[in-house]
Amino acid sequence: MTTLTPAPLPHTNKHLFPILAIATLTWLIAYNVIQPLADWISYSALGLARDSRFGESLAFFLYDVPKILLLLSGMVFAISIIRTFFSPEKTRAMLGGKREGVGNVFAALLGIVTPFCSCSAVPLFIGFVESGIPLGVTFSFLIAAPTINEVAVIMLFGLFGWKVAALYVTSGLVIAILAGMVIGRLKMERYVEDFVWQIKSGAGQALDEKLTWNERIERAWESVKEIVGKVWLYVVVGIAVGAGIHGYMPESALVGIMGKEAWWSVPAAVLLGIPLYSNAAGIIPIVSALMEKGASLGTVLAFMMAVVGLSLPETIILRRVLKPQLIAVFIGIIAVAIIFTGYLFNIIL
Amino acid sequence: MLTIKVLGSGCANCKRVEQIVHKVVEEMTLQAEVIKVTEYPEIMKYNVMSTPGLVINEKIVSTGRIPTPAEVAAWLANAMEKA
Repeated sequence: MTTLTPAPLPHTNKHLFPILAIATLTWLIAYNVIQPLADWISYSALGLARDSRFGESLAFFLYDVPKILLLLSGMVFAISIIRTFFSPEKTRAMLGGKREGVGNVFAALLGIVTPFCSCSAVPLFIGFVESGIPLGVTFSFLIAAPTINEVAVIMLFGLFGWKVAALYVTSGLVIAILAGMVIGRLKMERYVEDFVWQIKSGAGQALDEKLTWNERIERAWESVKEIVGKVWLYVVVGIAVGAGIHGYMPESALVGIMGKEAWWSVPAAVLLGIPLYSNAAGIIPIVSALMEKGASLGTVLAFMMAVVGLSLPETIILRRVLKPQLIAVFIGIIAVAIIFTGYLFNIIL
Repeated sequence: MLTIKVLGSGCANCKRVEQIVHKVVEEMTLQAEVIKVTEYPEIMKYNVMSTPGLVINEKIVSTGRIPTPAEVAAWLANAMEKA
């Protein structure tokens, strides 16, 4: 047997905090120069007229793309640091023994901060119900986690402002809590695939890592690279289309079809949004431009939620553990809840 | 001889982990068997709720993320010492 010298542990960079400080400063400077820079390129360097359609579209594009990419990198980093303190295992432990109601509220809130990927929806579902967490509470988590996702919330904040982002988060939470409670009341346990109830998790001790701050920073940086790397192209294309709409579509062109008066626009937006999942990053800039042209906020938010929260890929993955009846109830309840939210915002705002 | 298991039902990240493991094993010229565990009942035996998971000699070393090659190398070296 050869003796191997233990490889040096990979986390020995002591200079991460100074690097972080410099990065923060650079970020702040960059964030503040992009507006003047975009204007300067469009109107001075290229000499486009300020009220020309092309000039307006270009300035909009040159400002929004770096702004959103900067916001995404900075905020995904911050959120990822917070997430290193949470894990599905800890969330499960916190939810254990919670009654329905309180449990649903906790599950929805934890859904925001627990690291979650829809590819892990099945092991997470099994792990939750098998440890005795009620089905409805599990669903509150499974609805909140993808709906209130960082990319969607950050882009809403960047393009619509904090009020719309907060509205989105709040209504996502309420929908997750209520839909989970309804699914719990309906006693749908028999529509969970039978093999789930037969699984017994091993006694294997779940991984319990003690992370140093350096490791948290490195992991957060890894997720920035992963997430921004995955969505940047959608962001660029989405903003390009949005910029085109901004410059070329006549004002109030959409009042008739996406405005408050068009009652059917909310359900239509939800039906259209369900199959469009992976393009959330590209869709938000487009709907933001549509809103300028007369689409109403409720309709736009309903569309957003359907795109992000009711995802076809996640549903297909969940089909492995849920019978079709429960899948149908799951989609039905969320669709109804989103449509209701859309109408509510159209009425109150 | 090491037994390395990659837990996950064939998602993109699981494949990445498997590639990294193969690469590191090759670079370190280790004798190791790399097994893909794709069935949920089997994954749940390790009490893992976020995939991809990485198990070396029946010990869970990573869940829910793609570890760096350097981390994998450190874990493998550690496991060789104990073996």
